[in-house]
Amino acid sequence: MSSAPATSSPVETRIRATGGALVGYLPVGYPDLATSIEGAITLTRHGVDVLELGLPYSDPVMDGPTIQAATTRALEQGFRLRHAFDAVREITAASDVPVLLMTYWNPVLQFGSDRFAGLLAEAGGAGLITPDLVPDEAGEWLAASDAHGLDRVFLAAPTSSEERLRQATSLSRGFTYVVSTMGTTGAREGVDSAARTLVERLRQVSDEPLAVGLGISNGDQVAEVLTYADGAIVGSALVSALGDGLERLAEVADGLAAGKRAQPGATPGAR
Amino acid sequence: MTTVATAGYSQPGPYFGAYGGRFVPEPLVAALDELTAAWEFAKTDPVYQQELAALHRDYTGRPSPLTEVPRFAGHAGEARVFLKREDLNHTGSHKINNVLGQALLTKRVGKHRVIAETGAGQHGVATATAAALFGLECTIYMGEVDTERQALNVARMRLLGAEVVAVRSGSRTLKDAINEAMRDWVTNVATTNYVFGTVAGPHPFPAMVRDLQRIIGDEAREQLLERTGALPTAVAACVGGGSNAIGIFTAFLDDADVQLWGFEAGGEGVDTERHAATIGRGRPGVLHGARSYLLQDEDGQTQESHSISAGLDYPGVGPEHAFLADSGRASYRAVTDAAAMDAMRLLSRTEGIIPAIESSHALAGALELGRELGPTATILVNLSGRGDKDTTTAARWFDLLDKGAKQE
Repeated sequence: MSSAPATSSPVETRIRATGGALVGYLPVGYPDLATSIEGAITLTRHGVDVLELGLPYSDPVMDGPTIQAATTRALEQGFRLRHAFDAVREITAASDVPVLLMTYWNPVLQFGSDRFAGLLAEAGGAGLITPDLVPDEAGEWLAASDAHGLDRVFLAAPTSSEERLRQATSLSRGFTYVVSTMGTTGAREGVDSAARTLVERLRQVSDEPLAVGLGISNGDQVAEVLTYADGAIVGSALVSALGDGLERLAEVADGLAAGKRAQPGATPGAR
Repeated sequence: MTTVATAGYSQPGPYFGAYGGRFVPEPLVAALDELTAAWEFAKTDPVYQQELAALHRDYTGRPSPLTEVPRFAGHAGEARVFLKREDLNHTGSHKINNVLGQALLTKRVGKHRVIAETGAGQHGVATATAAALFGLECTIYMGEVDTERQALNVARMRLLGAEVVAVRSGSRTLKDAINEAMRDWVTNVATTNYVFGTVAGPHPFPAMVRDLQRIIGDEAREQLLERTGALPTAVAACVGGGSNAIGIFTAFLDDADVQLWGFEAGGEGVDTERHAATIGRGRPGVLHGARSYLLQDEDGQTQESHSISAGLDYPGVGPEHAFLADSGRASYRAVTDAAAMDAMRLLSRTEGIIPAIESSHALAGALELGRELGPTATILVNLSGRGDKDTTTAARWFDLLDKGAKQE
């Protein structure tokens, strides 16, 4: 396992500094490469503390209709993996917000996980979120991420055993992705109460930062989630907004970021 | 890569040499663990085994016959050819063997809804059948393209009380139906069991479906020994995901002299872009929860496959086949659409048996093998399904309909 001290993770540092972080997702290449980069930079200027850039993939089993439609469009537009490194390079040149890539495992495997990690680190990327790579199968990625000093975010689910929660939190670096509800990505009316229960279970076994995702789409939900978690992850709502243009994206991001301030009794670094 | 000499060919899973495993979102792990535990228990539970055996006998009509086909064999270098008649099973294919086992298991884990993916519709029909039999709710995911080319099977599933969802994402075929079924499962796992149709997917599916399908080879091995007093020279089966092939191969894995042949869908030719020869033309990667061979581009994006047979039109293959191919225990070749259709017509005309187009790939392969092995050879072919569902495709291919004729 990693011998790197926790503070070496820019994502963790940022989350702890904000005392409640907004994590914003957009797929690379949607609606086209240039606009997706512009969109990500827009988020960094409208309250997003950590960026999660999705890599379009042909078989995204964890994604709901909104993100599927966007990533399918990106693939049709000719998205290639190398575009992700270009995007990370441009975004990190324009902003100091840490950038994680969210990717299914096969593209990394085919690229070569060590080569992928090396290029990502060189481009200024912070690490990977791997929705279909459970720690049990992640030996190769643990080695590559350690070798290149990258963060790695594994998922914790309401159905995970205590043993698996320990494993996910101890092997994750940056934060652990708390799956709020049993389902795929997509805006929902309410954030499942399962999220709060799961965060409570995770706090029993770990001090690492916890960010909740799936179904969060407005400032009120962000505020609610940040009363118990260290980060709120928003995807589909931002993707839909970008579909209506960069101005709308900025507006929606502002609304989400308002949820950070609305959080009762927020103090930086507090837990 | 794996050394096979010490490992033996029978692998319990989750890994088959370098292949298999579980590459799934964390929310599914608990369900897969639950299913694994239920299967480990059921496998050796006499009550479950008796229930399943009774269903095979009284509902499916097992054991399925072994039919020698001398007139067909006349075109196969005069080798002796025997067909394992899975086409005569209730619902018309080998899929029922697996589905009954998994439906029984669904009751045991206390769930009341099943979901499944289907390509040709055979697995969907089998699952809808078992759901009706056991009083389970049933939703079948089928690529929109497949719902069009297998419209009759959609009607059959609905007649059986199942909901059929036409999947419009991605390439709108089997691989996308699997994605959609997985999304349903991740959402409804508390009430729902995913009845996976082939020996692919995350553990325990490759091992569990293999265990449920091995009855094909276990029966055939005994029947052939009784009939000829010897083991076959070669065993032939078609390979999409690979469940009927694993089903007939498993009983012969330790019979070192028996050649095992898998025939993949060569579509319009493996040198074109339109084929489904995953082992022949793919390379290792991760798809639908397991590491195996797959058709993919340089970036690891899954490529669309093509076959005239919807049941073989899949860009992945079960991990045990990847292992058997690498280890050399089984050999894999591609059969084109045209060769498969010729074999379909030949068996129909020489033996009065209309095979599924999927199984016709195995028959075409057997014709090749027979010519290579000669008259002393005995070839066992898994006739995995019947061809009724393919009549429209055959009518179009061979121009069999009168001009202006219309089925009312």
